[in-house]
Amino acid sequence: MTTQTVAAVRSDVHPAARTLAERHRPRAWEVVPWLAAIAFFFALPTHLGFGTELLITILFALSLDLVLGYAGIVTLGHAVFFGVGAYTVGMLAKYGIWSEPITGLLIAAAAAAVVGLGSGLVLLRTTGLTLLMLTLCTRALLEEAANLGHDWTGGFDGLDSVPIQPIFGIFEFNPLYLTTQYVYALVVLFVGFLIVRTIVYAPFGQSLTGIRENTLRMHAVGAPVNARLVTCYTISAAIAGVAGAVWAQANLYVNLSTLGLDRAATVLIILALGGYGRLYGAFIGAILYMVLSHYLAKAYPTAWQLGLGLLLMVIALCARNGMIGIVEPLLQRWRRVRSAP
Amino acid sequence: MINGVDVIGMLLGGLAAGMVLFIVSVGLSVTMGLMGFANLAHGSFAMLGGYVIVLSMHRLGLGFVSALLLGFVVVALVSIPVERLLYRRLYRAAELDQVLFTIGLVFALSAAVTLLIGPENQQLVLPQVLQGQLDIGITRYRTYSLLLIVVGTLIAILLWLAFERTLIGAQIRAAVDNRRMAASLGINVDRLFTITFALGSGMAALGGGLGAEFLGLDPQYALKYLVYFLIVVAVGGLGRVSGVFSAALILGLMDFVLKKYLPKGGTLFIYVLTILLLLWRPQGLFGRAAR
Repeated sequence: MTTQTVAAVRSDVHPAARTLAERHRPRAWEVVPWLAAIAFFFALPTHLGFGTELLITILFALSLDLVLGYAGIVTLGHAVFFGVGAYTVGMLAKYGIWSEPITGLLIAAAAAAVVGLGSGLVLLRTTGLTLLMLTLCTRALLEEAANLGHDWTGGFDGLDSVPIQPIFGIFEFNPLYLTTQYVYALVVLFVGFLIVRTIVYAPFGQSLTGIRENTLRMHAVGAPVNARLVTCYTISAAIAGVAGAVWAQANLYVNLSTLGLDRAATVLIILALGGYGRLYGAFIGAILYMVLSHYLAKAYPTAWQLGLGLLLMVIALCARNGMIGIVEPLLQRWRRVRSAP
Repeated sequence: MINGVDVIGMLLGGLAAGMVLFIVSVGLSVTMGLMGFANLAHGSFAMLGGYVIVLSMHRLGLGFVSALLLGFVVVALVSIPVERLLYRRLYRAAELDQVLFTIGLVFALSAAVTLLIGPENQQLVLPQVLQGQLDIGITRYRTYSLLLIVVGTLIAILLWLAFERTLIGAQIRAAVDNRRMAASLGINVDRLFTITFALGSGMAALGGGLGAEFLGLDPQYALKYLVYFLIVVAVGGLGRVSGVFSAALILGLMDFVLKKYLPKGGTLFIYVLTILLLLWRPQGLFGRAAR
């Protein structure tokens, strides 16, 4: 009897068990975004600045997805970590302390993780509106602090012509010739994506989803809810810090916009457009938002804002989970129709 | 040197700013307390009201008082369908959807105002009577600020009376404390919410008009002061008129004093204080502990 049950649940027998066991395996189509990114490099060499910005935004949105989409922490202050990463790299290089880019990323990640751990330990004890307020205030606080610390941060003007060493001493960050920046951002995004993907499918990531869906029940089954949330917040902060650091290295400057309310709101919007808690929502949302804003916002800034506002309202009212939320049910329907005899 | 007259001047200026904050935020406190709705678009109603008031004075030649009344009525009426058709669908939704919806509303309204009226700041021209200074015995002070203090106090007293002494006030208090219980006692919470939402938006409109003189009035208004309105509500406690009143006055005074003596780090100080306070008492300084 017992052996039969075990046999029935073995992954190669039971279809449901097989689906669960194979859920984390890479699928064939997952190679597409990376091929597209490489194709972009060769097809549009004049748009590499835009491409770099897009890759960085995807990484930033991915870090928010971990917190918002998986752990369900609604934050309006994620730009804090982006800014900490950017300022870490920028200030270290500007004052001649450290300008090697790859170790710079690690330092930025550590700095953002420390801020994430500190603020997470304090802020994540609250929930709901209080948490929303606290993240809003923390971001405003840091922006104001960066503005006031003029002697170190350059205040409102920021720090420009930050000297960053060439990668491996060979590949230079040339502000006019952006191939290094693009490839660098792509590699960092790929590594970041692998880390997030691994976390999400690991038991740790599963327990985050559990907390999002039913915190009380996770407490009841004995999961260390608060520790998990703080850990997730810290990891996400580190990744956001890396995104900010790459931004600073690629642009060779840092300014207050890295900490701004605009950036905090934009990344939230991007995730909402794409679909949160889905890994690829960050990709879809960032591409959609960046392409639209790149071409529309310059020509018709007001109409763009109006359209964006209305789109957000529609998504919040109807679609619930962005573009993935719209496309996924259609795909499932199509599959069912196809598999039916 | 600080002397007595300066102190009084500062107190009066801070109180006037606090009154405006109170008038704008009180509706937000009550609606958030009633439905637990993360409404980031409340400032947009204040902005709309400000525009109605200022433009009706410029273009229709309305007097200040009638313009204020018009602003109140127009925004209260506009907010009814907005609540019935849009907000209502999100009361049970996830917080994230509420945040996204209200951010979207802020964007859309600010863009609409830019398109229809223009991106520039709208100047509120006060009537002649209110422009000068008034002698109050100890010192002379701006008539308009004094008027704001009087009007704000009157509104606070009226609202307090309405809250504590009328049937509908009692119903609102009951629903804030325990919505399900109130509903099962036969209180029509939906209707109650529409009424409070409309009145709260009307109040915000009034505040937008009254404060336009020193807060300015442009399409970015709602985003610019979002944090301030939310701080008042968070510190004052959800659904507490007296709490919001005290919190608004404290914030107004602090902001006024700090801007004068600590023009650079003042805002920083307010943020730090708010964060510490919310960590110490998540329900706000004057709010009741959550059950």
